[in-house]
Amino acid sequence: MNKGTIRSMLVRDKRADRVVPPSGYTAQLTLFVSGAMAFLAVFALALSLASGRLADRWASELAGAATLRINAPAEQLSAQTEAALTVLTQTPGVASARALTAEEQVALLSPWFGPDLPLDTLPIPQLIEIIEGEPGLDTAGLRLRLGAEVPGAVLDDHSRWREPLVEAANSLRRLGWVSILLIGGATAAMITLAANASLAANAQIIEVLRLVGARDRFIASAFVRRFTYRAFFGALVGVLFGMTGVLLLPEASVEGGFLTGLGFQGVGWLLPALIPLLGAAVAFLATWTAAVRKLKELS
Amino acid sequence: MIELENVSYTYGDGELLSDVSLQLRPGSFHFLTGPSGAGKTTLLKLCYGALLATSGRMTAFGQDIARLDRDQMALLRRRIGVVHQDCRFLDHMTLAENVALPLMVSGKGENAQKEDLLELLNWVGLGTRLDALPPELSGGERQRAALARAVILSPDVVLADEPTGNVDWEMSQRLLRLLVELNKMGKTVLIATHDLSLIRAAKSQVQARVLRISQRQIQLAGADL
Repeated sequence: MNKGTIRSMLVRDKRADRVVPPSGYTAQLTLFVSGAMAFLAVFALALSLASGRLADRWASELAGAATLRINAPAEQLSAQTEAALTVLTQTPGVASARALTAEEQVALLSPWFGPDLPLDTLPIPQLIEIIEGEPGLDTAGLRLRLGAEVPGAVLDDHSRWREPLVEAANSLRRLGWVSILLIGGATAAMITLAANASLAANAQIIEVLRLVGARDRFIASAFVRRFTYRAFFGALVGVLFGMTGVLLLPEASVEGGFLTGLGFQGVGWLLPALIPLLGAAVAFLATWTAAVRKLKELS
Repeated sequence: MIELENVSYTYGDGELLSDVSLQLRPGSFHFLTGPSGAGKTTLLKLCYGALLATSGRMTAFGQDIARLDRDQMALLRRRIGVVHQDCRFLDHMTLAENVALPLMVSGKGENAQKEDLLELLNWVGLGTRLDALPPELSGGERQRAALARAVILSPDVVLADEPTGNVDWEMSQRLLRLLVELNKMGKTVLIATHDLSLIRAAKSQVQARVLRISQRQIQLAGADL
């Protein structure tokens, strides 16, 4: 099928479109299916994009950082912290290292113990935030040196829990895209069924058209145009409802965690506009295939 | 123009036509008669490619009908106008749209379409019924509309299957006059009918060849008609 054929099939011809009776349950079915699927596709897209953003954020935020924990008796804590900072400043691949203040440590613990934590009375380890630089941190070498010079130091490069998190976020992203593909496939299947039903119901009309000299392309085009435009308008309505739903979702917040971050950002808001076009393309291909097959059967 | 050579047609276990030969020359006028169920409609369908012969050879305008693909068949049907007994209209479209259907499917221009259409509908006496839907038309109006649709593309051949089957005598004469007029314009006309009075009435207007289908074969009818 070349470009000209596709264009001629999609350009509206009011008189030619009249050959297919305007009503029938297939019309409502196509509109409903494409609308419902577009609505679901908006949410699948939102899920996929949000998961992608989360995976990227976690990967980038955690990849360049490490934490050093100093577990030492209270009287040695300060000395070991100083020693660790000295080691870190001499270590290649460490851009910066700083000990978290008491207020920062309280803030980290406050979700579990509340804001009034008496930190000075508790045996809390000292945390040191390490920002990696070029040429990259040799964690194995650093662990060996810290083991010799700062016995209470434990280096955590975040890889232990970062990778599963990033993988989980990436899985969610993939799930979103798979959902979109399944939605597309289900839409194609249902529109194929509707087109087949419509072609079968209009077998007599097809016979009359053939008797007066209509080519298969003319007949198929009338059905393809009808289903393509219906799918487009149905999907457009579905996308509008879906976007309204996404807008009504709570905005991203620290308290809400991941679930409140569902939605679109920046140019991502434009992506749902592609759904009606994709829906129309799916309907076009599904109806064209069904029409060609049915017209062969009816000949 | 259209030629059938030793054509047979079998449906299921029964042979409907056996070793039939027929030649429709340009500008000729034929009646095809015979009792109901004799195979008149089957023969007409063979002529415009709605059925394919079980054996024998069928050609139209020099082309072997059995070898045409669906697109070529569509082009062939634009050269053969057919008036079906049951008219075969699209009930959701107006009379004007139904009659214009062959123009629409062949992609003729809209301006030419309107002019041709009005002239043609006036010719068959339906110029005031453009917006009527087929179920609103009388039997005679339907037959005249079917004739108008059959000739709107100015085909070389007009095939009419019992065109006067559902109309009164006066209307059948009117339809006959239209078909004779078409023949005088150079069109080849083949009318399948069991109405012998129509054939007798035509004899004074046109030189017609009368063929009779009997016992699955075609014969030239004698002077007994």
